[in-house]
Amino acid sequence: MSITIRNALLHSVVQIADDHLILGHRLSEWCGHAPMLEEDLSMPNMALDLIGTARTLYSYAAELEGKNRTEDDFAYLRTDREYQNCLLVERPNTDFAHTMLKQLYFSAFMKPFWDAMHHSSDATLQALSHKAVKEIAYHIRHSGEWVVRLGDGTDESSARMSAAVSALHPYTDELFETDAQRLHCIEQGVLPELGEIKLQWSQTIDTVFTQAKLHRPNIGFPQTGGRQGLHTEDFGMLLAQLQYLPRSYPGATW
Amino acid sequence: MYSQGLIGADSNIVEDQAFLDAFQQRIDAEEKIEPNDPMPQAYRNTLIRMIGQHAHSEIVGMLPEGNWITRAPSLRRKVALLAKVQDEGGHGLYLYSAAETLGVSREQMTEELLSGKAKYSSIFNYPTPSWADIGTIGWLVDGAAIMNQVPLCRCSYGPYARAMIRVCKEESFHQRQGYELVKTLCEGTAEQKAMAQDSLNRWWWPSLMMFGPSDTDSQHSDQSMKWKIKRFTNDALRQKFVDATIPQAELIGLHVPDKDLKWNENKNDGKGGYDFGEIDWDEFWRVVKGHGLMNKDRIKARKKAWDDGAWVREAAQAFAKKNVAA
Repeated sequence: MSITIRNALLHSVVQIADDHLILGHRLSEWCGHAPMLEEDLSMPNMALDLIGTARTLYSYAAELEGKNRTEDDFAYLRTDREYQNCLLVERPNTDFAHTMLKQLYFSAFMKPFWDAMHHSSDATLQALSHKAVKEIAYHIRHSGEWVVRLGDGTDESSARMSAAVSALHPYTDELFETDAQRLHCIEQGVLPELGEIKLQWSQTIDTVFTQAKLHRPNIGFPQTGGRQGLHTEDFGMLLAQLQYLPRSYPGATW
Repeated sequence: MYSQGLIGADSNIVEDQAFLDAFQQRIDAEEKIEPNDPMPQAYRNTLIRMIGQHAHSEIVGMLPEGNWITRAPSLRRKVALLAKVQDEGGHGLYLYSAAETLGVSREQMTEELLSGKAKYSSIFNYPTPSWADIGTIGWLVDGAAIMNQVPLCRCSYGPYARAMIRVCKEESFHQRQGYELVKTLCEGTAEQKAMAQDSLNRWWWPSLMMFGPSDTDSQHSDQSMKWKIKRFTNDALRQKFVDATIPQAELIGLHVPDKDLKWNENKNDGKGGYDFGEIDWDEFWRVVKGHGLMNKDRIKARKKAWDDGAWVREAAQAFAKKNVAA
């Protein structure tokens, strides 16, 4: 692997890992506080899938980087400016409608992404894609069913679902953002083109929204910045919790 | 709900002596009692109370450990903790289902928990201020739970006994996982070891209290033993726990906070065992009666989750209704 592609891949792998860790972390906040016991089990399940994928990706990033860093160095010892997750995944849980919609938006993107990664020229990511795609397909089903139930449930649930759409839809454009390094990976056949993925994402969202009686808004001013390490204020609080112990006891093994 | 339709609907049981004797005979013959079998109302009530308390303990028990999910110090610990707390939720679901076979609904049991009518294990009214508490809970609290629960795998009520087999397997994994966490701290920096010792100091006595009042003061023990719902007395199980745990503490260099602790070779029919100090029963009853540090917070958290989730549950029902109608 050339140094240029290695660096470009490292950059992109960390971005994807960050998306998974942060969304998994947000889901894990629900554990013990869900609207029903079944969701106390299924949200941690999805969180475990996402954090599991993040761990594989961070370990691969460490390997690509070759500086003896570990998955935990990436997760626990980077600042907010070094985190490059998209803003969507860091948004606060707010309520169950926001949480399920956020999950749907992200999963509807990752499903075609991992499908396409079955053909990646990178053996590690290709292998990961076969495991991840099965998990993410379930996440779409679970969150999609909830979006439909809540969108077409009671007046209150429908109003809450619409509020979630207004709040979160502006963050979806960033899923499809590319930078020079990601483009390089795409050109080399390591990562997939995003055009086709965007089409499939739109189809999934339209199908679910039709059943949920929700309207897809036109977004004049998309919210982006996460890929450049520019995050919302809530993200600092998230990292403060996530990193509390390793920051308080530098060098300790847990 | 389905189960409620079946249970007791066709029974006109007269609890005369012949009936009670026949029931006791089945118990003595180690037959399992199943949901549709005739059973004395007191047997049913005892099990509903016990299984309900057990289920509530699993659910409330998610809170002290859940307190550290977002602050777990490594990704490995984070997924392990998340999976562990999820297991506890799973046990709750399992146990509520077992209780439902006796004719009580999960909603009813939940309401009783939230109103304070139903109890849960008092141990969860203690706080988890440090990461070491996550290890200590696995090691001591799940360890004590296993001592109580392994005999329940042979409980006379079939659905409870069967549920306990899986629960015990998972709890023993948690116990080992917790011990490994504490051991890692003991092998770490001085600060980490102090964290582990402080945690043991706080959890040791409450863990011994988990076995309940001394046999001389336990109001439910006798009849439960006769019905083979319980197999060992509170004091026998407590002794077994102490004997198993002391060597584990010594192995990782932790000091058990009991000045009266000493080996007594005459204990356990000459096999030897530990003498240990008097439990502070005033503290036990104070916490049971709602005055522990976290009693109010625990119920408040469960109530908040339940109330905040009401609109979700209502929406799911409304949606299901519309779609059945369609």
